[in-house]
Parts: sequence; structure tokens; C-alpha cells
Amino acid sequence: MIGVALRRIGSAVPVLLLVSLITFGMMRLIPGDPAAAIAGLSATQREIEQIRADLGLNEPFLVQLLRWYGGLLQGDLGRSILMGKGVVAVTFERLPVTLGLSAYALVLTLAIGLLAGILAALRQNTLIDQLAMMFAMIGISVPSFFLGLLMIILFSVRLGWLPTGGYIPFGEDPWGWFRSATMPAISLALLQAGLLARITRSTMLEVMRQDYIRTARAKGLPGRQVVFKHALANAMIPITTVIGIIISLLLSGAVVTEALFSIPGIGGLLTQAVLNRDYPLVQGGLLLVTAFLVLVNIGIDMLYAWLDPRVRYE
Amino acid sequence: MSLLDIRGLTTAFQTERGEITAVEDISFSLEEGEILGIVGESGSGKSVTALTVMGLLPRPPARIVSGSVRFAGQELTGLSERQMQKVRGPGIAMIFQEPMTSLNPVFRIGEQIMETIRAHERLSTRALRDRAVQMLEKVGIPSPARRLDDYPHQLSGGQRQRVMIAMALACNPRLLIADEPTTALDVTIQAQILDLLMDLRDEFGMAIMIITHNMGVVAETADRVMVMYAGRVVEEAPVGTVFDAPLHPYTRGLLDCVPSLSAAKPRLVAIPGNLPEPARRPSGCRFRPRCGLAVPACAAAIPPLDPHGPGHRVACIRATAEVAA
Amino acid sequence: MSETGALPLEATLAAPEAEPRRRHPAWATLRRLFRHRLFVTGLVLFGIIAFMAAAAPWITDANPNRLSMRNKFQPPGGDWVFGTDNFGRSLWSRVVWGAQLSVMIGLSVVALNAVFGTLIGALAGYFRRLDNILMRVNDALMAFPAILLAIGVTAMLGPSTFNVILALGIVYIPRTARIVRASVIVLREMEYVQAAVAAGAGHWRILRHHILPNAMAPMIVQLSFLFAYAVLSEATLSFLGLGAVPPTPTWGNIMAEGRDFMRDAPWIIAIPGVTLMITVLGLNMLGDGLRDVLDPRLRIQQ
Repeated sequence: MIGVALRRIGSAVPVLLLVSLITFGMMRLIPGDPAAAIAGLSATQREIEQIRADLGLNEPFLVQLLRWYGGLLQGDLGRSILMGKGVVAVTFERLPVTLGLSAYALVLTLAIGLLAGILAALRQNTLIDQLAMMFAMIGISVPSFFLGLLMIILFSVRLGWLPTGGYIPFGEDPWGWFRSATMPAISLALLQAGLLARITRSTMLEVMRQDYIRTARAKGLPGRQVVFKHALANAMIPITTVIGIIISLLLSGAVVTEALFSIPGIGGLLTQAVLNRDYPLVQGGLLLVTAFLVLVNIGIDMLYAWLDPRVRYE
Repeated sequence: MSLLDIRGLTTAFQTERGEITAVEDISFSLEEGEILGIVGESGSGKSVTALTVMGLLPRPPARIVSGSVRFAGQELTGLSERQMQKVRGPGIAMIFQEPMTSLNPVFRIGEQIMETIRAHERLSTRALRDRAVQMLEKVGIPSPARRLDDYPHQLSGGQRQRVMIAMALACNPRLLIADEPTTALDVTIQAQILDLLMDLRDEFGMAIMIITHNMGVVAETADRVMVMYAGRVVEEAPVGTVFDAPLHPYTRGLLDCVPSLSAAKPRLVAIPGNLPEPARRPSGCRFRPRCGLAVPACAAAIPPLDPHGPGHRVACIRATAEVAA
Repeated sequence: MSETGALPLEATLAAPEAEPRRRHPAWATLRRLFRHRLFVTGLVLFGIIAFMAAAAPWITDANPNRLSMRNKFQPPGGDWVFGTDNFGRSLWSRVVWGAQLSVMIGLSVVALNAVFGTLIGALAGYFRRLDNILMRVNDALMAFPAILLAIGVTAMLGPSTFNVILALGIVYIPRTARIVRASVIVLREMEYVQAAVAAGAGHWRILRHHILPNAMAPMIVQLSFLFAYAVLSEATLSFLGLGAVPPTPTWGNIMAEGRDFMRDAPWIIAIPGVTLMITVLGLNMLGDGLRDVLDPRLRIQQ
């Protein structure tokens, strides 16, 4: 188990190094003069010079690169132009909101996706199966922002049941949080629920064909136990990997959802940064979210190893 | 009354090309404590027969067309899944060909044995554990108390088959169905497992239905032999009779396939041709196209399983002719 | 894997009335595809959108940006099939021209992936020396959440149709490369490839004649799903203001503009939204059908 962890962390190091190098290089995608682009059309030459100096764009390329990695080691990703604060500080301020929303969406995804997938597999080729798979197909085909807009039109504008946007922290008012986070979470969860249902179904069908399922039935175990203990314990192993992918999709989906529902999370922040050409914030935020996901995936791999004794006792 | 009594059993599968009969008009019985060997090539219907008895065939596509399966006086064919669950374990238990894949890889073997008992008996955790240790000991697993917490992948193939046997016998079944229990194992391990089954039969007194394509396995274990071909029983006799005086040409062919160490030259003659596909079965005797003794009359009708001496039944119109010759 | 090798079950269960011997094996595949209900439904749905895109100049009044303030906020039906927006522009025109842009961007991303994804995947899978370095970069690019990377790249490059294509290419090529690489690694070890190596065939010849043709099936399946993701991502980017610059109509920016009027003119959002959904649904169904018929093994892994 510790071996698995060390190996996994070892393989994450080069990935993170490359990820940070790519984010560093992104600033260089800006056509023309980044300082001028940041300053905007009405800026004076002085202001442009000031920004150039702030971002260290006057330095030779290698110095900039070293400075970038030096900053990284100290947890310094530069300053947000829009917020006037450090990128890391700004991002971490917004993190709890995004994590809360994503966790809510993840719970919905797991509940709907696993249930629909298992049900479809157990009732293969019946109406239930077809309905569940039709739902999943629609789920993976509806853009989340469109679903969000439809819900706003129906539940907020027409019926007036839920707020059109905004965010109430859970700590302040749990019921308010629930009211403000439910539509965003649903619009975020539908796609991944569809994905998970499809994969759960095919995994369960595969597992149910295995010899050990026949053994479990031959022992006279009740059907419930065969499915929910013997089959599910095995099906969860590949499904765990998929949950890692789903977490990644949830966090990137949060960008759009937060922008749509005016939620002050990392997604909302990044959209603001993009629209205001706050390049250091775009760069830093992207790096932080990606690094976070790399860590989550290490966690997922550990869970995977723990679920599968063949890997655990390697 | 026999422990297991099967009469006129026919099992079919629904396929895209229509219904295919896997097992046709099978009748046989098994006494308490008896070992019956069922022999045939793969596809001859041996496993389908066993799975029909266990009620483990997926329905649909499988369907019992006709016949009856009586176990200890109880008719099994009409039972609900829930009622069948009560029979599996304490009534009839089963072990399979692939010990590698037949144990659930994510549960400890102790748990897999204990859950079997838990499904049928109310016992304290302590008692469950004791029984599991006891079962592992009986099947010859060294230091069983420690092995209880092992996962299947930590055991060798032979040990896994021993665990399967321990699991199957945990509820003290009256009938054990062993479907090719040694096929996937090394030759040396095969003999050990067969010896173990014999010993356990003597100790527990259960009947065993051993399914195999290997006449050697039958010679070593069975009291009685039933030979199947293309879904039908072609010959049935006490084990001595089958080896000394086989009547059906197919049985003789199978016997020629057994490498004999005592013979001056090892005879290894394969039966020419292949088992016909269920949809392309010939008219009359199904073995006819591969049979050296076939005459035109063989195509006329499926030969009935007729008695030929004590406990000996053969489905071949040429059987007597050949013996006389 | 060969055509027949992949499908032993279906091959043996095929009805005897068929006479496949004379025909090219592609015929059998096509026939199976057109018997696949999901595939046919997907083909019809996407066909409608593709027709709209191709026929845009002839089925609309050519200018999706013609203002007509007298006719603003006309509901669908009547003179205006899909209604009008806040400037009185015909939504029918705008959605049809938006379809053209969506399909064009989707096709471009698919083409970029087909070329570069295959190239990188084949090189990495075939030449072990290249594998390590190429896959490291690939892993790093795949570590970024897809839509976030696309947002980052378009944010840096600036909003435009070309930049959206470029950004989606950067995001998805590593994923395609990985799939191609997986097939190539398996095929490289096949006996017939080893035989070709032993016979002294060159690397290029082996890749081109023996490996790539057989790696096509999973690739085609991947590309059809990629088409769906690309269309969806483009709409998302332009909804966020990172796609083609208004007034060029895209489904995403039409919906973004419609947000301000959703109380009184919800159709401005609903019509491009439903069109987008039909497109993605159609492509996903096509992908499912292709996967079932071309590469049944993928059914399990997805």
C-alpha cells in the first residue's frame, strides 16, 4: 500500500513540473505585448511599462522561468491585477465555495448515476434499462449551462421558488445554502450522472458474468447479497477510477455553472479573470486547480488500491 | 427413494436462431453417498445438466422444456428463486472448474466460507469462525486459523480449490456437484484433490456428481458412470462395467483416449470428427457421423436407452450386434 | 484485429440467408450499422443539423445580422419561424448560421485530432524511445481539466473562431493520442506485424499498412464522441464570451445574449439550446452505434 502511494506520488512529480511549465508558457500565447493587452486600449505608455515591470516581462526568458519556479516553491504565483492580492490567497479564499458546490454535485452524481446504472444492469433489456439509458444519454448530451438556464427560467423566473443566483455560505444559513446551491448542483451533476450510469451499467454487467458471482449464487446467498455485496464490491474498483474523472469534470464544469449562477467560487473568479485579462490570475488559478486535481487523483488511486486486495497486498 | 431423481429432463436455450436444445430427455438417479461420474466432451450437456439441477441457469434465455428434478423427495423444477436458495448450500452444493476465478477476489476466504453458513444457519460469530477453521482443516489447508484472513490471490490454485470445497461442504450438503474440479490444476494436485473428495465423501456421507471429460478421473473416483453425447445419455453403467465391457462405440472411443501406463504402447486415438452443433444434429443416432460401426438403420430413429445387464443401459442399436460379433 | 476476428459471435449467429462471401467486408459492417437503432436515430438527428449547416445560405435570408427593431421579441411561429431577438434579428437565420459555425468547428477539431492524435499516438506506441517523453507531455496536458484548459488558452489567445479550434485541439489531441497509442501497442506485438518486421519491412510501411488500418475502429469511435465534445465545448466557450465575436452568431453567444430577456423571451435561449442538444445527442448516439458495431470490446471499458 505504501509502495503504491510512493510510486504514485513519484509519477505525479514530473506531471506537476510539466503542468507548471505549460502554465508558465501560456502567458507567451498572448499575441503581441502582454503588458499592453493587460493594460487595455486606453493605457498610457507609462502604465504599460509599469505592468511590464510588475510581471517581470523585461527580464530574459530564463530569469523569468527561474523566478516562476522560485515563486512556486514559496507558494507565490504572482499578484492578481483585478483583486490586487496574491493569486494564491485569492484562490484559496474562493476554494470552499467551489468545493462545497462540487461536493453537493458529487453526492447527487453518485446517488443518481450508481442507482440508475445498477438498476439498468439488473434489469438488462427491460423497459427500466431502456429508460435509465435514455436518461443517461440525454444527461451526457445536455449542456450544463442550458440546463441551468432552463431551471432558472422555470423555478426562479416563472415559479419564484428558488433564487436566480448568488450564494449563501453553509455556515451562515444551511437552508439558504441548500436553496442557493441546489440548481447549480443539479445542472453540474446531470452530465456526470449520465456518464456514471453508463459506466456503472456496463461494469455491473461485466461483473455479473464472472465465475465468483455464480459461486455466490451456488452457495445459496440471497439475491440482494449477491448483487450488493459480491458484485458491487468488485464493480466499485473500476468505478472508482471513473469517479476521479468525474471530480475533474465537476471542477471544470463549476467554472461555467458559477458564472451562470453568479456564485463567488473559483470558477466565477476565473471567468472574471478571463474577461478582465487578469492573466496572472488565469495562469495561477489554472495551475492550482490542476495541482489540486492531481492530488485528488493520487487519493483516488490509493482508494483503488485499498479496494482491491490484489493491489493492496502487492 | 433416490436422493436425486431426474426424469425426462429437457433444457433449451433461446438464441437468435431459435431455440436450441442443450439437454434432451435425460433420466438418471443418484443414491445417498454414491459417486456418479458424468462424462462427455465439452458441449455434450454435462454442465447444463448440473446447472439445471442447481437452478443456476439464467432464465431467460434458458428454459426447462419438460421433465422433473426431484431432490430428497422435493420437486425442484417449479421452485421460486427464494426457495431454491434454501436448497443450495445445505441441500446441494457445487464446485467449479476454475478455482482461480470462482472465489471472489475482494473478500477474505474466511468471510466467504462464513457467509455461506450465515445464509443458512443462525450461529454466533465465534461459532462461525470455529466452523470455518474446522472446514479449512478438513480440506487440508495448513494453519487454517491464520489462512482465514487471506485473500484468494494469496493462495495457490490447488489451495483455492480446497477452499472452494470447504465452502461447499460448510453447510453439510447431501449432494456435491463437482464440475470439472481438477481440469484447471496441475496433474499432481489433481490426484490430491480427487483423494480429498473421496475422503470427504467417506467422512460426510454426501453423494457426489462429478462432471469430467477425463475417463481417468472417473476410474479413480466414481461408483457409476453416465456418458453423454450431444445432449443425450448414451450409456450408463457401474464403473467396472464401463471399463471392462463398454457397449457404446462413443464410450469405447473415450476409453481409447485415456493414456494407459500399463499398456506396452500408449494408445492415444482421438475420435474422428467433432461434436455436431446443436442446430446441425444429424437424424437418428447423433454419434452416427463419427461412428465406425454405423449402418443405415442408425439414421432412422434416436436409439432408446435400453437395459443391457445389471445397472447397464445403452443407447445404441449396434451394441448387442457388436458384442455378439 | 481483423474484421471477422473482432466479431466471432455475431459472425456465427448471422442469418444463413446472407451471402457475405462475394461482398467487401465493409458492406457487412455498414449493414449492421444501419440495423442499429441508436446509430440510425443519431444519424437522422445529426443529419438534420448538418443539412441546416450546409444549406444555410439557401434556407435563410442570408444575413443573420439584419436588424429590424420594429420586429423585436417576436415569439416563434407566424412570420418568424423561431421568433426574433432583442434587435429583431431572425432566430431561424441566426441558429442556422450558428449550426454552420458549430459543425465547421467540430469538423476542424476532429480533423486536427485525426491527423495529430494519430501521428503522436502512433509514434509513441510504435517507437518505445519516443513513448516516454511524448506520454509525459500528454499526461501533463490531460491533467488539466478539459474545459478549463480551453478557457485558459482562448483567454490568452483572445476570442476568435480560429483560436477556439486551436484551444480545443490542444485539449483533445492528447486524449486521442492515448487511444491510438493503446491500439498500436497491442497491434505492434501481433504475429503478423512481427512477421512483417522479420521480413524486413520498413517502419513506415509497417505502420501505414499493418498497424494504422487496424487501429482505425477505436479511432473512429473516439472521433465521433470528440465531435460531440467539441460542439459542446465551443458552445460553452462562446457562452462565456470566449468564442467567435458577436455579432457573428453562435449558439453559445445567442444564449448568452438571451439571458437578459429570459423572463419575456425565453425562446432566445430555448431554441439554440435545444438545437445544440439535438446535435450533441445525435453525435453521441452515432458514437454509441459505431462503438457497438466497430469495436464491441469498448462496450465494457467505455
